[in-house]
Amino acid sequence: MSRLRLDRRRFLALSGAGAAGLLLSGCDAVSRAPWFRDLAGQTDKLTQAAQRLVLGPQTLAREFPESAISSYFRANGNTDVANGIYHQFARTEFVDYPLPVEGLVSRPKSFTMAELKAYPQRTQITRHDCVEGWSCIGKWTGPALAHVLNEVGLQPNARYVVFHCWDTFATFSGSVPYYESIDLEDAFHPQTILAHEMNGAPLTIPHGAPLRLRVERQLGYKHAKFVRSIEVVESFDQIHGGQGGYYEDINGYEWYAGI
Amino acid sequence: MSEAAMASPAPQKRKVYRHALVVRVTHWINALCIVFLVMSGLQIFNAHPHLYWGETSTFNQNDVPVDTVLSMGSRTVEGERQGVVRLFNEWTIVTTGFLGLSYANGEERRQGFPQWMTIPSTRDLATGRLWHFLFAWIFVINGFVYLLYGLGGRHFWRDLVPSRDQWRSFGRTVLDHLRFRFHRPGDSRYNIIQKLSYLVVIIALILIVMTGLSMSPGINAAAPWLPDLFGGRQSARTIHFICMLVIVLFTLVHIVLVLVSGVWNNIRSMITGRYVVREEAPHEPPSA
Repeated sequence: MSRLRLDRRRFLALSGAGAAGLLLSGCDAVSRAPWFRDLAGQTDKLTQAAQRLVLGPQTLAREFPESAISSYFRANGNTDVANGIYHQFARTEFVDYPLPVEGLVSRPKSFTMAELKAYPQRTQITRHDCVEGWSCIGKWTGPALAHVLNEVGLQPNARYVVFHCWDTFATFSGSVPYYESIDLEDAFHPQTILAHEMNGAPLTIPHGAPLRLRVERQLGYKHAKFVRSIEVVESFDQIHGGQGGYYEDINGYEWYAGI
Repeated sequence: MSEAAMASPAPQKRKVYRHALVVRVTHWINALCIVFLVMSGLQIFNAHPHLYWGETSTFNQNDVPVDTVLSMGSRTVEGERQGVVRLFNEWTIVTTGFLGLSYANGEERRQGFPQWMTIPSTRDLATGRLWHFLFAWIFVINGFVYLLYGLGGRHFWRDLVPSRDQWRSFGRTVLDHLRFRFHRPGDSRYNIIQKLSYLVVIIALILIVMTGLSMSPGINAAAPWLPDLFGGRQSARTIHFICMLVIVLFTLVHIVLVLVSGVWNNIRSMITGRYVVREEAPHEPPSA
């Protein structure tokens, strides 16, 4: 009896160690499997559906008092742009900066900074949550994206708004531009703005000058910096990696970043 | 003289149906979820191995996290790299080889928790998040089924809330445990220490879901009171981490106690539901 117990114990210990090893190597293999990525994609859709269920289209993200503004706001993602044309605009403080809006719109148009600043401006003090886990509070000013979209008029099959950016990342397949996308519900949300000011001053280059998307109910990587052009599409199939964003294509981040 | 005493020799052992099917199934699903959630959670933590108190994180002008509750990193002391954990901006603990600085395949890794504790093993926040939220859904649905059963049926009140007599003999039960005596003969109930630790871990499991949701910018918009309850998003992240420590500690003690208090009886009862109770030995003199 005691001998049997010892064997059982040893068996338990061995299978425990074996299970731990299998778990780790197994998880790494599963992480790369297409079925796991598909399953994770479905999970993201479930998360989005659940959040939309409790989140009305007009529900605002919390806004904070001036006193809550972070004294130092960390800059996420790229903090500069490796492009000569961009820096020419930067030298003249972006006065001649154009923002083309195209794709599934009725009247494609290139907006000037003056036109964007002529719309009613929204100022909001919000918390910026990075996917890494940290948060900072900042004050953002700019026109609601809805003004821009209403001006160009959406075609009936329009479903997503894509933001193409000036900044790039060096990858194995060369230099890849940053981009992000949101659906129409977020695009027409009152707090979704094209910010050109941060904490009462013109947006600086580390924070995405001259225009940065604010989409307050999602994580930091959705807030495209250095916005170069806006494209309205029906699906992401024809855009870069087809997942709706740089990090979505390259790293496999969730497209819906509500958690 | 009582009839029970006359009927001796009484059976030495008696099998009771201890765990309902719902409890057994949710227990094992929960155990699986905890393993995956903790290990993928440590991967996510490693993306920013600093915890704060309040609404936001704080950085100095050099982009370095300051005023942290807990911070992991590495430093050079007399030409040698050290892994360190800093608590409350005050105390520094050297944790070389484990936290802050560890080794994998003979290479130095400057990261919070070591590779063997994270899913996936290499630094990959995106994939860690996919695992975390996949199992978070399973965990929440499973936990919901358990809570409905526990609160709706009689499981919580009958099996988990300590009874009056158990409170009265609380001190004795603690002493018994210190002597590694876990079961009162003839008593098929959970003892009071078991009951209290199960209740604590159930509360920690509920809190970890609430603090997890408090970190979601989407849920924050829908329920701003949720992060407020914990003192802000970064406090919620810190409490999420503390709950994880409580759950891991519970699980380790739980496993040790399962092993030393009749491992096969315990494991069988959590699979088939049947648990063997040793009866009171019938040699005591009958009382009047």
